[in-house]
Amino acid sequence: MTTSRSFWHLGLSQRKQDIITGYLCILPWLIGFLSFVLGPMIFSFGLSFYESDLLTQSYFIGLRNYQELFRDELFWQSLRVTAIYAFGAVPLGTLMALLIALLLNQNLPGLGIWRTIYYLPAVISGVAVSLLWLQIFNPRAGLINNALAIFGIQGPAWLYSSTWALPALIIMSVWGVGANMLLYLAGLQGIPTHLYEAATIDGANAIRRFWHITVPMLTPTIFFNVIITLIGSFQFFTQAFVMTEGGPNNATLSMVLYLYRKAFQQIRFGYASAVAWILFAIIISLTLALQYSSKRWVYYEGEDKK
Amino acid sequence: MSTPSAISGQTDQQKSKAAAPRLARKIRLRFNRALLIVLAAAGAVLFLTPWVWMILTAGKETAMIWRVPPVWIPPTYRWENYLEAWSQGNFSVFYLNTTFIAVMNVIAAVLSCCLAAYAFGRIRFPGRDLLFILVLSTMMLPTQVTLIPLFMIFSQLGWVNTFKPLVVPLFFGDAFSIFLLRQFFLTLPRELDDAALIDGCSRLGVLFRILLPLMRAPLTVVAVFQFTYTWNDFFAPLIYLNSPELFTITLGLTRFQGRTTTDLQYLMAMTVVSTLVPIIIFFLTQRTFIQGVVITGIKG
Repeated sequence: MTTSRSFWHLGLSQRKQDIITGYLCILPWLIGFLSFVLGPMIFSFGLSFYESDLLTQSYFIGLRNYQELFRDELFWQSLRVTAIYAFGAVPLGTLMALLIALLLNQNLPGLGIWRTIYYLPAVISGVAVSLLWLQIFNPRAGLINNALAIFGIQGPAWLYSSTWALPALIIMSVWGVGANMLLYLAGLQGIPTHLYEAATIDGANAIRRFWHITVPMLTPTIFFNVIITLIGSFQFFTQAFVMTEGGPNNATLSMVLYLYRKAFQQIRFGYASAVAWILFAIIISLTLALQYSSKRWVYYEGEDKK
Repeated sequence: MSTPSAISGQTDQQKSKAAAPRLARKIRLRFNRALLIVLAAAGAVLFLTPWVWMILTAGKETAMIWRVPPVWIPPTYRWENYLEAWSQGNFSVFYLNTTFIAVMNVIAAVLSCCLAAYAFGRIRFPGRDLLFILVLSTMMLPTQVTLIPLFMIFSQLGWVNTFKPLVVPLFFGDAFSIFLLRQFFLTLPRELDDAALIDGCSRLGVLFRILLPLMRAPLTVVAVFQFTYTWNDFFAPLIYLNSPELFTITLGLTRFQGRTTTDLQYLMAMTVVSTLVPIIIFFLTQRTFIQGVVITGIKG
């Protein structure tokens, strides 16, 4: 056995060596955390009380950014759009992901192929998805309206209609539920089969088995999935930017798109920072609310009820 | 025969009486299963249709695209569309740029996250658990809250319109990858470390000589995730890159979009090509890739 003759051999105890090594190993992360996360967060909070265009002028204006924000109809529109999108896409996506996972959990032959078909859309870039679906939703030449025409239905103007643009984006989001589906599939496969066996012996039919075994055992996975998807949905940007530029008539103006415009087109960094912090506050509140409610409906193995 | 069977304890008479409802149940189960397969197949067809449509459209001629009633399948597949679109949109540059950034990011992430995850998962030092909670919390952080100050910092440094803001931060770790690798470190038996330490190996030595060779799978997961994420990233390049020579594929595609308003086939062709690399990587590393998705989903 070769003995390591690194400079650690200063006669320090293993424990002391560990402390030094430990901190050295996390030093890159720590520096990154302070410089790229904590520092900027504090900075952006302070910045939200300034009017700033980065280069020439920054002056302190107190709460005026926030006041202007709350009076801006466009801000409220963006909040509305983002909320509708999130509260539409998350339940729909969760439902679809669960359904597909349930279907695939039936010991189907060639599970790998099924899984691939449903997961593949999640592997490509948001830009690719957006450009593809931009054409699919095309009122004249697109796939959807032409498919509807086969059934004699006149499809709407989708992304060119202020009522149908946001629903179009929500529909499109279902195509990407592959990742969520994988998590549910793993969750389903983790449910011990003896539970089902016991229930069958007791005379439970398939529906009862679903509601009283499958769903409760899945609630941790559902909880995690919903939080992650919710946080992501509130930040949706690429679809709005690439497909509709926030239109028509701001029908798809997401909060991040609104923020992007304020920061990089109108060059108002203080105001944009205020928007960012409002978004952050909303996301945190929702996460905490979900976390709090989880005590009611999430069932963890090994915990006593009540 | 009325002697009970040794296996089921039933006589022949009892067996034939029980046969009818059992058969009905068997048929019902087969039917249910067939129904589920049909549903799964229907869903698969719906999920596949956009791909098929995209690939078919990429091979059409302009006139075919806008014709009503639509031409679903082009009579001849126009492979030239791909070449014409590629040169028209100058995509070689975009692919080179994106490859460079993605490879750099993979190296950076693997290096920094391996070290950090090792410390968080294997070494005891004061404040470790608190700091790891910080790591976790950054995973949930919406990036917009740090976006503007970061832009300002990089502006002051003169890094805007270079690759630096897209590459350098990864050398300081990525919460997601740290979490993933730590999960893996936790599954390795401590005896490996202890045996090496007793023999005089340093903590870092344990990492490099003993543990690293065992880590091919999780490192692959981190590499694949990081590569795919960077390859597909749109927001960061949008913010930091201004000159077309520096554009990544995602930026190049959106720029191309503006220049091909009626020639959808070109846009679709380039979109198809842009999806190839992530798809190929996925197929090559399918099992580890999906394992990675699952590991992060099942909170350890």
